[in-house]
Amino acid sequence: MEVALLRAGSTLIVRMKGDLDHHAADKLRAGIDDKLKRGGIQAVLFDFGGVNFMDSSGVGMLLGRYKIMTEKGGKVLACSLNPRIMRIFTMAGLQKKIPVFSSREDALAGAEGGCRCQTT
Amino acid sequence: MSNHMKLEIPSKSQNEAFARIVVAAFAAQADPTIDEISDVKTAVSEAVTNAVIHGYENGPGTIVVSATLEGNRLEVTITDYGVGIADLEQAMTPLYTSKPELDRSGLGFTIMQNFMDEVRVESEPGKGTTVKMVKFFSRTGAAAEA
Repeated sequence: MEVALLRAGSTLIVRMKGDLDHHAADKLRAGIDDKLKRGGIQAVLFDFGGVNFMDSSGVGMLLGRYKIMTEKGGKVLACSLNPRIMRIFTMAGLQKKIPVFSSREDALAGAEGGCRCQTT
Repeated sequence: MSNHMKLEIPSKSQNEAFARIVVAAFAAQADPTIDEISDVKTAVSEAVTNAVIHGYENGPGTIVVSATLEGNRLEVTITDYGVGIADLEQAMTPLYTSKPELDRSGLGFTIMQNFMDEVRVESEPGKGTTVKMVKFFSRTGAAAEA
C-alpha cells in the first residue's frame, strides 16, 4: 500500500492507495501514531479514494486511531469510500464513530465542524 | 466443471494478499460476479490473517490454502499448525478478540460468516486450526456484467 501523510491545518490527511489488510495496517498505524505523538493534530482524515480492499484489520486500525483521537478530544473522519469498503464500515458499525464523506473537500469542511456526510 | 488447487506459504503478513489473490484467480474459472469474488477475497484474507496473528502469534509456521471448484460451488480450506483455539464459541463471538493490544477488531469470523455461505472451524489446542468455507456462485455473473 502506498500512503501519503499530509497536513491541512490541524488535520492529518491519510491518503491511501492499495489494499488495507493486516500487512498494510501495521505499517500505516506506526506512521500515523508517530505523527500524532508530535502533537498539534485535532483530526485524522482517512482518504479511501485509492483503496479497493479492506478487511477487519483495517477496521481495527481505524478503531485504534479513533480511540487515541477521542481521548485527546479530537476526531477521525473518512472519505471517498467505494461500496465494498462502505459495506465493511456498515458491518462494523464504524459510521457511528467515524463520519463518512463523499469527497475530501466535504470531509475537510466536516473536520472544521460542517456536516455533508456520505449516506450511501 | 471440477478443479482443485493447493498453496503452501510461510506465515508472513505479506502472504495474506498473495493467498487471497491466488484463490480469487482460481475461483474466477466459475464466472463469479465482482461482488462474489470480493467476498471470497475478504474471507480468505480474514482466515489467513487469523493464522498469522493467532495461530502462529506472528512467528514462523506454515499455512496451507486449498480450494475445490465443483460447478458453482467453491470450497476453500485454510489450515495452520499453530496454537489452536481453546474456546471456539468465544473466538467466533462478534467483537471478541484475544489481542486487543494489537488493534484487532474481533470481526474476522463475523466477516467470514457474512461473506461466505458456510463456515466451519475445527481446532485443537497445540495442534492447529482449519477453517472450511463454502461459496455458491450465481453463475450468471459474467453475463450480468457484460
